[in-house]
Amino acid sequence: MAYFLELLANGALVGLMYSLAALGFVLIYKSSGVPNLAQGALIMAAAYAAWLMVSWGLPIWAAVIAAAGVMFLFGLLVERLLLRPMVGQPVIMVVMLTLGLEILLRGLVPGLLGAAPKPLDLGIGLAPVIVGDVFMNRAYLIGGVVAVILIAASMLFFRTRLGTKLRAVSDDHVASWAVGLSVERAIAVSWGIAGIAAVGAGVLWGSVQGVDWTLSSLLFPAVAVVILGGVDSIKGVFVGGLAVGILGSVIPGYLDAYAGGSTRDVVTSLIILLTIMIRPYGIFGREDIERI
Amino acid sequence: MFYRLSGIHHTGYESARRLWPVPADRWQVGAVLVLALAAPFLVSNLYLGSYILPWLIWSAAALSLSLLMGLAGQLHFGYAAVMAIGAYTSIHLSQAGVPFALSLLGAGVVSALIGTVFGAAALRVKGLYLVMATLAMQYLVDWVIVNVPAISGGAQATLRTPTVTFLGLPVETLTQRYYLALAWAVLLTLFFMNVKRTSFGRALIAIRDKDFAAAVIGVDPFRYKLMAFLTSSFVGGVTGAILAFCYYRAVTPEQFSFNVSIQLVAMVLVGGLGSAIGGFLGAGFVLLLPIILTNVIADLGSSGWIDISRNLMSHLPLIFYGAMIIGFLLFEPLGLAKIYDNIRKYFLVWPFRHSRS
Repeated sequence: MAYFLELLANGALVGLMYSLAALGFVLIYKSSGVPNLAQGALIMAAAYAAWLMVSWGLPIWAAVIAAAGVMFLFGLLVERLLLRPMVGQPVIMVVMLTLGLEILLRGLVPGLLGAAPKPLDLGIGLAPVIVGDVFMNRAYLIGGVVAVILIAASMLFFRTRLGTKLRAVSDDHVASWAVGLSVERAIAVSWGIAGIAAVGAGVLWGSVQGVDWTLSSLLFPAVAVVILGGVDSIKGVFVGGLAVGILGSVIPGYLDAYAGGSTRDVVTSLIILLTIMIRPYGIFGREDIERI
Repeated sequence: MFYRLSGIHHTGYESARRLWPVPADRWQVGAVLVLALAAPFLVSNLYLGSYILPWLIWSAAALSLSLLMGLAGQLHFGYAAVMAIGAYTSIHLSQAGVPFALSLLGAGVVSALIGTVFGAAALRVKGLYLVMATLAMQYLVDWVIVNVPAISGGAQATLRTPTVTFLGLPVETLTQRYYLALAWAVLLTLFFMNVKRTSFGRALIAIRDKDFAAAVIGVDPFRYKLMAFLTSSFVGGVTGAILAFCYYRAVTPEQFSFNVSIQLVAMVLVGGLGSAIGGFLGAGFVLLLPIILTNVIADLGSSGWIDISRNLMSHLPLIFYGAMIIGFLLFEPLGLAKIYDNIRKYFLVWPFRHSRS
């Protein structure tokens, strides 16, 4: 029983950190309808940025803030230079463009800053937190708490003036233009905010597993979270993250011994497949009405 | 100029329906074919085995994928898994003593069946969700191959292809393997070009352009999407088997990983969606350009022109590859086939600029 509870608790915390990675994806999809497959590479770039600042001698909190600024600007730049020329192109072109960006970043950032894993110390410490007879990874615990805070913050953000504009843009581009909102600026801002969300995910995951290119493979669980929760729902990111994390921890916890390891990817794949077959728009997603 | 006509003017259905209506194009195709047949005698074994042979096979793979992506408009991000199924099936069938020609067919059939099951997700969803469903297929197939020792031959194992004969002809030396790959590439190209002229191909194009509109004019999207997945997975499976037997000769699961799927999609996009010549150009470009550019920069670095670290050096192919995808999508979304077409049209009406082409 303790084993089960341990898998459950750590799975939930990992899942919350997955949802942090998925947050940026949802922000961009919600505002512009672009599935951003480069989100994993953005997370990796953000972690490298934070590591670079630390290695320049900044304290970790200042490094995180500076990295957030850098990634915000980078998000704006990507939107302006790469995504805006693609407006009106079929979705496959946009998907491939973000995938091209992912490949480019995965080559460029480790190529320039070094491919060997780099430590990113948040000052969390390694001793596990013990509740009852359940051992919890301290880094995961803090990561989970930060994830909850950031998700709550982005839910509140969508109630502010700027957030309301973003929701309007995500509802209907033409109607937003008609009432005088700048759709381009809203989409650019959502890319910037996705960059900031990537810093959150990048720093937390970077402190857990070191900063190197493997951070970009967070894309796959993040995509499962997004698909399960609903691709345009922040609430869905929270619930989907918990579900993917718990299933991805409990099932391999019992099955890995029999099936020869790494069943986590299989669980993630099955979550994607089953969601798509049973309820393609996810738990909280809005069912799209297709126009001819 | 060398086309010797100013625009194409058909005087009968017979000439309008030909695959290559312009005589110069027919000469060009013939010349390329002769060069391809003579290649083993023209170039050294090194170039034949490490550049031309993989280029041919990857072109065939790109054409198989282009059938699905270019004609039917269905995205597939797990095509390497389809090819993996074909490769492993053919090897196991051959090892069990089935004649090679039949095991190629078997590879196609098994790939088609499994590929269609996953493609069935396409009947409900499109766009982003289809990408994710095929992505999940890639991971699932990879996992099954790695974790079922009966398929992969044990963990971390490579599976050697047995020595086979194709319809009585041995497939052993480099030249023999090259001719088998060439035959398959030519057959697939002809199939691809002809599919576009059949009612099946026109139905696929109608679905690509708008599936509702296609349903209104009586094309059943359900049936034709399934058939597109079936056809494409079949030829993809055979191409995977050819890849295993003619090029790799010892397969490991990593040779069919997710990155290979991305590479295939990139080949189709860089070459041009739904274009036969685009398949060949795209495969060549995606395979060779990163290698060539990296070599050029390595030469510049070693001769002291630029200072470049070993670490950056090893990441250069990835950088070029990503930049190439982005560049093509931004500046020429229709790919190399469109660039070729522009040049051809310019010369077709040369020296007049405003003639029908």
